[in-house]
Amino acid sequence: MAEPFTRLTSIAAPLLRDNVDTDAIIPSREMTSTGKTGLADGLFAGWRYIDATRTPNPDFVLNQPQYRDAALLLGGRNFGCGSSREHAVWALVEYGIRCIVAPSFAPIFQSNCVRNGIVPVVLPTEAIAPLAGVVCHVDLVAQTVSSADATLSFDIEGEARAMLLEGLDAIDLTLKHRDAIQAFHARDRSQRPWVYLEQNHA
Amino acid sequence: MTTLFDRIWDAHIVAPLPGGAALVAIDRVLLHERTGAAALNSLAAAGRAVADPSRVFAMMDHIVDTLPGRTDQTLMPGGQAFITETRAAAQAAGITLFDVSDPDQGIMHVVSPELGIVLPGLTLIAPDSHTCTQGALGALAWGIGSSEAEHAMATGTLRLTRPRAMRVTFTGTLSPGVTAKDMMLALIAAHGAGGGAGHVVEFAGESVTALDMEARMTLCNMATEFSAFAGLIAPDDVTFEWLKGRRYAPQGAQWRAALSGWQTLRTDDDAVFDCEIAIDAGSIAPMVSWGTSPQASVAVTGSVPADAAPAMLDYMALEANARLIGTPIDAAFIGSCTNARLSDLRRAAALLKGRKVAPGIRAICVPGSSAVRRAAEAEGLDRVFLDAGFEWRMSGCSMCFFAGGESFAEGSRVISSTNRNFESRQGLRVKTHIASPETVAASAIAGAIADARAIRPLPLRGAGRAVQRRRERGSGEGKSIPPSPTLPPKGEREFG
Ligand code: SF4
Repeated sequence: MAEPFTRLTSIAAPLLRDNVDTDAIIPSREMTSTGKTGLADGLFAGWRYIDATRTPNPDFVLNQPQYRDAALLLGGRNFGCGSSREHAVWALVEYGIRCIVAPSFAPIFQSNCVRNGIVPVVLPTEAIAPLAGVVCHVDLVAQTVSSADATLSFDIEGEARAMLLEGLDAIDLTLKHRDAIQAFHARDRSQRPWVYLEQNHA
Repeated sequence: MTTLFDRIWDAHIVAPLPGGAALVAIDRVLLHERTGAAALNSLAAAGRAVADPSRVFAMMDHIVDTLPGRTDQTLMPGGQAFITETRAAAQAAGITLFDVSDPDQGIMHVVSPELGIVLPGLTLIAPDSHTCTQGALGALAWGIGSSEAEHAMATGTLRLTRPRAMRVTFTGTLSPGVTAKDMMLALIAAHGAGGGAGHVVEFAGESVTALDMEARMTLCNMATEFSAFAGLIAPDDVTFEWLKGRRYAPQGAQWRAALSGWQTLRTDDDAVFDCEIAIDAGSIAPMVSWGTSPQASVAVTGSVPADAAPAMLDYMALEANARLIGTPIDAAFIGSCTNARLSDLRRAAALLKGRKVAPGIRAICVPGSSAVRRAAEAEGLDRVFLDAGFEWRMSGCSMCFFAGGESFAEGSRVISSTNRNFESRQGLRVKTHIASPETVAASAIAGAIADARAIRPLPLRGAGRAVQRRRERGSGEGKSIPPSPTLPPKGEREFG
């Protein structure tokens, strides 16, 4: 279960390239644990370090002193595309990122963000560029991102918002519909018996 | 008025949720060893059980290595724990596991259709973005994260907002030497890697229905490279013929009942999509990527665009306006859930037969499943690949990414039948060019990116002799294939 999210104040770290893929966010070779932790060190490893001994690349945004503690990341189009690995989001959470603002997100990544307490905010490219390096306030209740210069409103799907705000566990929420699920299966089992495989399992 | 997607979606709604979302029934969940243990263990730790274990399947493909004689001790550092923990968690949860040495082991998106685990009209999810491959059978199949896999296993449902519907119609007829892979690369090059975002994409048109089942899977495989929620093809007689008799497909009276339902799984003539794209299939040429996104692809006979992004050119060590044909390569890879089914291997082998991979090129073929490997060996295709200088591997994801702990040499240039050309996907700073198996085979022979249409395929030897030869060699699974002479011993291979 994720930590509830209401407001965040952070400098906005710009990673303004399109199609930042999950292989870049957490390279395969960094995913060496079978669990959900121990990943922050490998976050953006291919860009963050210049060699195998992990010398920080001074050009990479999160290595620049003003962005070291950023909890807000600005991205380009189709952010989080590629592999569905939830490790990308786990690594971001462990590193301390709580909100990503981008013109669009890859769908699996976006839903992984919501499940793990990162707010995916969609804003147009023109609105994002001026936020680079600016201290921003993200308010999920009011659905706004504001800086000293402007306040921008964003849309977020209602259920995602509710889950983020309350840090709700989706499984518990769904199990409240247990009766509806059982009724569906009872009906479906008579209509599409081949979907239910008990008889096929030797 | 109804689309194929609407039909499947509406039949799976369990309950509406506030805010326009819905609780959607999930018919099949597939896991692999990279995230399977994490999902199952986290479920167990929360005191939850898998609601219906008979409809959950686990496969070993992402961590296991693909060297002959492999064991749990994969070359991937720390990888053994993924395999043993997934095995233990699968056993504890009572789900079906296709283990490392199982005759049905293979890449999940190859194995599931092969065994009839995916069927028309089903909803199927897996924590793997290429789950969309299985939409080729008329199922709504898509990739999810581990948390959603946990949710689906615990509740038999997912909470979802309805995606929009898009139709991509390929009109006309493909030219000779042009494949489903080229169709997708052409679509993504024309409409962008984000072109399908938020949409379930139904592929339609005469050149789609003309594709065989395996080519349809190649087409749907790359729906995720188009950012689509899922790819979908209406099931037809090609689908039904292909599925009949497969292990988890319905049998007898149930087959007949299922079939009459499946025959209604189509889009009405007057249905309206949120978005429509039409492409003239006849104008598509064999494609190859030049950059680090699948949308950075052109006809193999073409050049790097004049306005190519400098960061991509820099990474790929290419210049704007450079011709792709003749670009020297270091390695060639035929494998992955995109293009490693029997028909893919046959087409590549027809070009490789009687020819040799250019000197100094590392060439690898990894069949998509253990069943594909056996079938290929029964036809003698293994011999064709080996004689040409390819390594012939056990099945798995292999060097599609860092699977099995192997990758190509740092900075090398690879032509690959896979689906992703992202930075360092196939090894540190590796420059990947994605293309069809034909283009990979032709390029391996030439030692440089090549147009497969310039090579005459040769007829392959009949199956009879191949089977006999197999017997002479002894046919124990995993023992019958002599390691390729180019293969350094275990332990000395690079870990990327
Ligand atoms: S073959 Fe490659 S793309 Fe396919 S499932 Fe394996 S790693 Fe993913």
